[in-house]
Amino acid sequence: MMELLSLSTVTPKSWQSYVALALILAAVLLWPIFAEPATSDIGSFSFVLLFLLVAIGADGFPPKPAAGVLFVGAHGAVLILLAMLLGNEGAARPPFYLLMAAAWLLAWRCIALLSGLQPAARWAQILLRLVIPAIFGLWLLIFWEAITRGAGIPFILLPPPSAVGARIANSLPILAADVQQTIFKAALAGYAMGCAAGFVTAILADRFLFLRRGLMPIGNMVSALPIIGVAPIMVMWFGFGWESKAAVVVIMTFFPMLVNTVAGLAASGHMERDLMRTYASSYWQTLFKLRLPAAAPFIFNALKINSTLALIGAIVAEFFGTPVVGMGFRISTEVGRMNIDMVWAEIAVAALAGSVFYGVVALFERAATFWHPSVRGG
Amino acid sequence: MDSLRDKIIPVTTILLGLVAVWYVAAVFMNAPFQRDLDRRGNVTRTTLEFVQATLSQPKPTLPAPHQVAANFFENTFLRKITSNRSLVYHSWVTLSSTLVGFLFGTALGIAIAVGIVHLKSLDRSLMPWIIASQTIPILAIAPMIIVVLAAVNVTGLIPKALISTYLSFFPVAVGMVKGLRSPEIMHLDLMHTYNASANQIFWKLRVPASVPFLFASMKVAVAASLVGAIVGELPTGAVAGIGSKLLAGSYYSQTIDIWAALVAGSVVAALLVALVGLAGKIVERAMGAQPA
Repeated sequence: MMELLSLSTVTPKSWQSYVALALILAAVLLWPIFAEPATSDIGSFSFVLLFLLVAIGADGFPPKPAAGVLFVGAHGAVLILLAMLLGNEGAARPPFYLLMAAAWLLAWRCIALLSGLQPAARWAQILLRLVIPAIFGLWLLIFWEAITRGAGIPFILLPPPSAVGARIANSLPILAADVQQTIFKAALAGYAMGCAAGFVTAILADRFLFLRRGLMPIGNMVSALPIIGVAPIMVMWFGFGWESKAAVVVIMTFFPMLVNTVAGLAASGHMERDLMRTYASSYWQTLFKLRLPAAAPFIFNALKINSTLALIGAIVAEFFGTPVVGMGFRISTEVGRMNIDMVWAEIAVAALAGSVFYGVVALFERAATFWHPSVRGG
Repeated sequence: MDSLRDKIIPVTTILLGLVAVWYVAAVFMNAPFQRDLDRRGNVTRTTLEFVQATLSQPKPTLPAPHQVAANFFENTFLRKITSNRSLVYHSWVTLSSTLVGFLFGTALGIAIAVGIVHLKSLDRSLMPWIIASQTIPILAIAPMIIVVLAAVNVTGLIPKALISTYLSFFPVAVGMVKGLRSPEIMHLDLMHTYNASANQIFWKLRVPASVPFLFASMKVAVAASLVGAIVGELPTGAVAGIGSKLLAGSYYSQTIDIWAALVAGSVVAALLVALVGLAGKIVERAMGAQPA
């Protein structure tokens, strides 16, 4: 009861809350929220108002409970608003967007409060570091969903995320086959070969000064070139199968690996190298026991850059000709058939695969370079 | 003289070696087709004639360097630049959308970086997404942007420029965040002792400190922007631009044309990066940096 009583004397504590209050007032004055012939449900509407007002009222609490109530209030209101859209697609009037904006401002306030928290416990810090960007990403999806469905944007222009999600769930076998073809066959094979070739060349360049002086300027220049353009040539040479895509990936990943490894091999200090010399260690002993471990952060940097390049190379090379499977093939054909939700499904899968690929390399890096300050420091 | 010994001689040696390998590879890769051709035409050649024939096919598997050079020279300097076959014309089409996208991308990247440095909530919520987005094969979206925008009658330069914008704002945003945060605590403390406002700290300390970072990331961004423009031209049905030249070449097996288009793209890329580097040097000198 006390909670409800305090609502009558809602006192905002931040500019976000003030603006949200003004937006809610405007939304009430501009009623109804859906145009004819859609029905505007007063019951759901009052629930939205209740959630928002509770959130605004909680803004004055101490940061932790305030952030919790703001989170529940803003997202509860948004969930009801999105649910109200069902059957009313394309009929949203300004009050709908005003209420969305109010909820968004309250979520912003919630993020601002969360960013201000400095918990002592380590798990709480990690949780905060995950929750804050997660809320931001959630709001991107919410706005996307609300605007596409609220304004009735044609499906072929931009499908709502819910439709993309449904499409992913419905076509898992196709997506799995495409991932198998593009990532597990083409990208990974090319990635392994390109990185290995770059690494071996870097060792050679390290051994022979002349080669290093000649290769490094070329390697640096090549990184600025649009290498992706060799894709049609590779398709001509190696056919439509995954081999041609792997070849493109090899060329794209070779030079970053070469340049970074050579830079890394120069990273060990003079003192350490002198120490190795006093031990009378040979070139190869110094290489394996001192210089390669010291180069590990640079090598992993190249591996990370290459994980993205490998996916880009494999997908774009498929635009030039493929068998009837593969992510790039699916994207280019489904765009032609105006199945835009399938395209977004492929892109979502590609994004997920790219992040996982990167994440795996980053995990290996943490395990292999545990001694490096950037890992030790947190 | 040191630069001659340390740079020019090794680089030219390696380049000459590459050209030699290229010629040998061209002979071997074109040989099966040439042998086939000779058998059908009942031609017997000496080895020297055979090698010459492999290096002058009209649609070779691997064109020899001189064929590419001749094609490039012919299509760049001998044709009218308004001609549809002129590489200058195609490069200009690609270059224009690259530049528009690059300018928008740089502006957007700087704006985002300024926001991130000033608003803590934006830093905590947006920055992880910017970093995560680097791991995503963004170019995969390119054909969809082109086709969808064509469906609402937006064609030509703008859709390609959008892809370039998208590709080029990430490096600038990340680099500028680093740059705007690069002033040391000592310098920030000094500004505090001067009782400088946040605005003054931004304009008099953070912005000058970020300039080297800006130009370094602009070099990356302009290269990414060019790649975006080229890939953006692939699905437009081959109208104009370096990307469409590549696609048309792959449809009609015009290998020499593909290689010449690649050379043109590389020249444009090298010029763009060199220009940004030059601009960076001039700006840094004007701001009083010591030449390293």
